[in-house]
Amino acid sequence: MLLRRPGRGLGYWTQLLGTHAALLAYTAFALFPVVLVILNSFKGRRAIFRTPYALPNTDTWDLVGYRTVINGANFGLYFRNSLIVTLGALIIILLVSSMAAHALAEYDFPGNNLMGLYLAVGIMIPIRLGTVSILRLMVDLHLTDTLWALILVYVAQGIPLAVFILTQFMRQVPGDLKDAARIDGASEYRIYALVLPLVRPALGTVAVFNMIPIWNDLWFPLVLASSEKSKTIILGAQIFLGQYVNDWNAVLASLTLAMVPVIVLYIIFSRQLIRGLTSGAIK
Amino acid sequence: MRPQGKKPFPSHILVFLAPAVLIYTVFMIYPLLDSLRLSLFAPGEGRGELFVGLSNYRTLLTNEQWAPRLWNAIGNNFLFFAVHMLVQNPIGLFLAALLSSHLIRGKAIYRTLIFTPTVLSIVLVGFIWRLILSPLWGISADALDLIGLGNLNRPWLGLESTALITLSLVSVWQYVGIPMLLFLAALIGIPDELIEAARVDGATAWNVFWRIKFPLILPTVGIVAVLTFVGNFNAFDLIYTTQKALAGPNFATDILGTFFFRTFFGVQLQPGNPTMGATIAGVMFLIILTGVLLYFFGWQRRLQRIEY
Repeated sequence: MLLRRPGRGLGYWTQLLGTHAALLAYTAFALFPVVLVILNSFKGRRAIFRTPYALPNTDTWDLVGYRTVINGANFGLYFRNSLIVTLGALIIILLVSSMAAHALAEYDFPGNNLMGLYLAVGIMIPIRLGTVSILRLMVDLHLTDTLWALILVYVAQGIPLAVFILTQFMRQVPGDLKDAARIDGASEYRIYALVLPLVRPALGTVAVFNMIPIWNDLWFPLVLASSEKSKTIILGAQIFLGQYVNDWNAVLASLTLAMVPVIVLYIIFSRQLIRGLTSGAIK
Repeated sequence: MRPQGKKPFPSHILVFLAPAVLIYTVFMIYPLLDSLRLSLFAPGEGRGELFVGLSNYRTLLTNEQWAPRLWNAIGNNFLFFAVHMLVQNPIGLFLAALLSSHLIRGKAIYRTLIFTPTVLSIVLVGFIWRLILSPLWGISADALDLIGLGNLNRPWLGLESTALITLSLVSVWQYVGIPMLLFLAALIGIPDELIEAARVDGATAWNVFWRIKFPLILPTVGIVAVLTFVGNFNAFDLIYTTQKALAGPNFATDILGTFFFRTFFGVQLQPGNPTMGATIAGVMFLIILTGVLLYFFGWQRRLQRIEY
């Protein structure tokens, strides 16, 4: 408790109001640009420049930007590609990392610590630095311009932190439970299946943690999968925005289209995300 | 692995470890090492490559075509990092201090809203700010007028003197949520009794924060600093989106990420050069590694000695 004085004096109220004022001001600063873009995406060109701060009304309402976007770029396909890459990478990250974490947390085999360390090295080294060789590798594997190239790179990038976090959580699962199952004749694979639901919160953390950087990445789509059929939404938006840079309606509409799904997902998952960021931080 | 009697290595452990280790090794560790190897080669006749030792690094550091670009990118990158350390992290700490107050309600709402820009793609953020700062739209001029500084308005992204600072601040605007959350988690973790004891002794809120809370969250300060460092020296998207691969005006916003991309893929008339690209990646690797090692052996070790 900050203040426990029985009478709430002037100090209490100034502190309360001051805190709210500062937080409100910063919130407005954080949201203002986003709101401004969304609002103006529904207006005609003239209104965008004349009355940028006004809500769209019957006079200024105009969806011309959205029509340009729908005719000018294949956003439906890009969106589908982003969805496949993000979900595909997440599922594989969760599966292979939880298996590895189970091995590290459960079994005392020679080289356990060394293996944990090897898998943790990638937490601090950005995978981008290996781009030259990743591109060569993908060319050799005939995977360029496929979604698999992106999925594999994102899985490799996600494994280190996922294994690290999941190992911590799996170590906390009580041993009695597993021993009881073993006495009943359960195989080691059965034990893994038993442990997995018990660390569900940690799996959620890892999923949300990986989702945003994968969805938002520009670098690897640009380098590995820039063909029309494999473009992700961010690369598609980036190219579209570059081409239509002077068509303000189209720019605002495409920004809104690319932003809104992420904001909706964020609002749904914000609790998990924020918990993940705060508990997943390497202590 | 050390031989352990005659027992074979349990197969289920291998099954559990293999997929993750395989993918991680093939698509992360191997490319990183192979990229470092490539930085020691130069394009030879035909498709082959010639071993040239450290000569790529020498070229990069001394050649009059390469060296100025490299030092420019490194200098800009340090400025980019400095702005994040001096603006982003203090604001993050300040917001976290406000949000950890027991006085106010609606903390979860503030926290969620302030974090919103962080989840957006930096491609979108870059374009949004290009529109906001565009002299055509005049939003930034209006904002400056509002606080009576209208005549200070400039084409912020178009001037060599302001473009990099402006983009650094855009990045700060986007990512301030991360230090905010990390500091907040640390501040909430401080036991109430410690603060209570200081209050009973008559300490002001200001003193409680700087004398008690801040020293207790020093480990988080270190984590935030090293995360900022790694993130900043790996940055690329914002500059590429707003200023294109040439990082204009006149390379004023060129950082290592854009320099790497341009060298690897080429731009306009300059052809791509994979081995020099790998060399720049090698330089970035050394810089990031130095930062991370300084953190582990400088900062964290010293903290541990203080704690015990």
